Amino acid sequence: MGLKRNVGLMEGLRYQGKGPMLAWILHRISGLGILLFVALHILASFLSQQFGSDLGIFINTIYENWIFQIFIFFCALFHTINGLRIVLLDLWPKLLEYQREAIWLEWFIFLPIFGMAVFILVRSGLAG
Amino acid sequence: MRPRTAPQRGFSLDYLMWLFTRISALTMYLFAFTGIVAALVMGARQQMDLVALLRWGYMPNPFHIQSTDVIDTALYDNGFWKVLGTLFIFFAGTHGLNGLRVVLEDYLNPTWGRVLLRGLVFLIWLFMLIVGIYVLTASFTA
Repeated sequence: MGLKRNVGLMEGLRYQGKGPMLAWILHRISGLGILLFVALHILASFLSQQFGSDLGIFINTIYENWIFQIFIFFCALFHTINGLRIVLLDLWPKLLEYQREAIWLEWFIFLPIFGMAVFILVRSGLAG
Repeated sequence: MRPRTAPQRGFSLDYLMWLFTRISALTMYLFAFTGIVAALVMGARQQMDLVALLRWGYMPNPFHIQSTDVIDTALYDNGFWKVLGTLFIFFAGTHGLNGLRVVLEDYLNPTWGRVLLRGLVFLIWLFMLIVGIYVLTASFTA
């Protein structure tokens, strides 16, 4: 499979990349998520700041929703922590020997912070 | 198998952007820590909650401290943060839209319309950078 250039969807789903592949795919998704949020945020601020437009306020209500906030905090936090791992391993390749441990460490840092934030967001979200 | 041509050696767009992605990541870490540490020194412990502090760290815009109890807003509304925020938008926007280019070129046929795709991403990059920096600098009263 490695030498074949065109990998189909089903073949791709069967590929068992485990931890590193999960980190890679989540890095992609979270990067695109941040891009979506930042673009919406800049456009909404521009519209409401310059024209006092209702469209800006409408976009605001989308990303101020607590469900979207959980998604965007996941993206920002995961991309930040996983990005630091990538930078450190790429710029100091001697550390590549410990790449599996680095991914474990990353989840140990990520999960408590994200769990705390989700708890607070859900609590205040359900309270109205 | 038909032999493939070896990748170009030395400097190429892909190598430069690979390096830029890593360096800009470290730079953004530096900027975010500068914002958070400076806010704490300026009294954020009593005057801001965690969410407002992180918001300020990710982008030093005086609008981001509007709903907090900050007393001396002039500390957050000056030329230093204007320059830092502008640089932040430049690094984050370039990092992000280069990322979009990499993802798109991974999933789309690399030969078909590559120039068109790169041109489109370049235009979006330019547009978002101009609008973003304009909105940020207009948020400062100083």
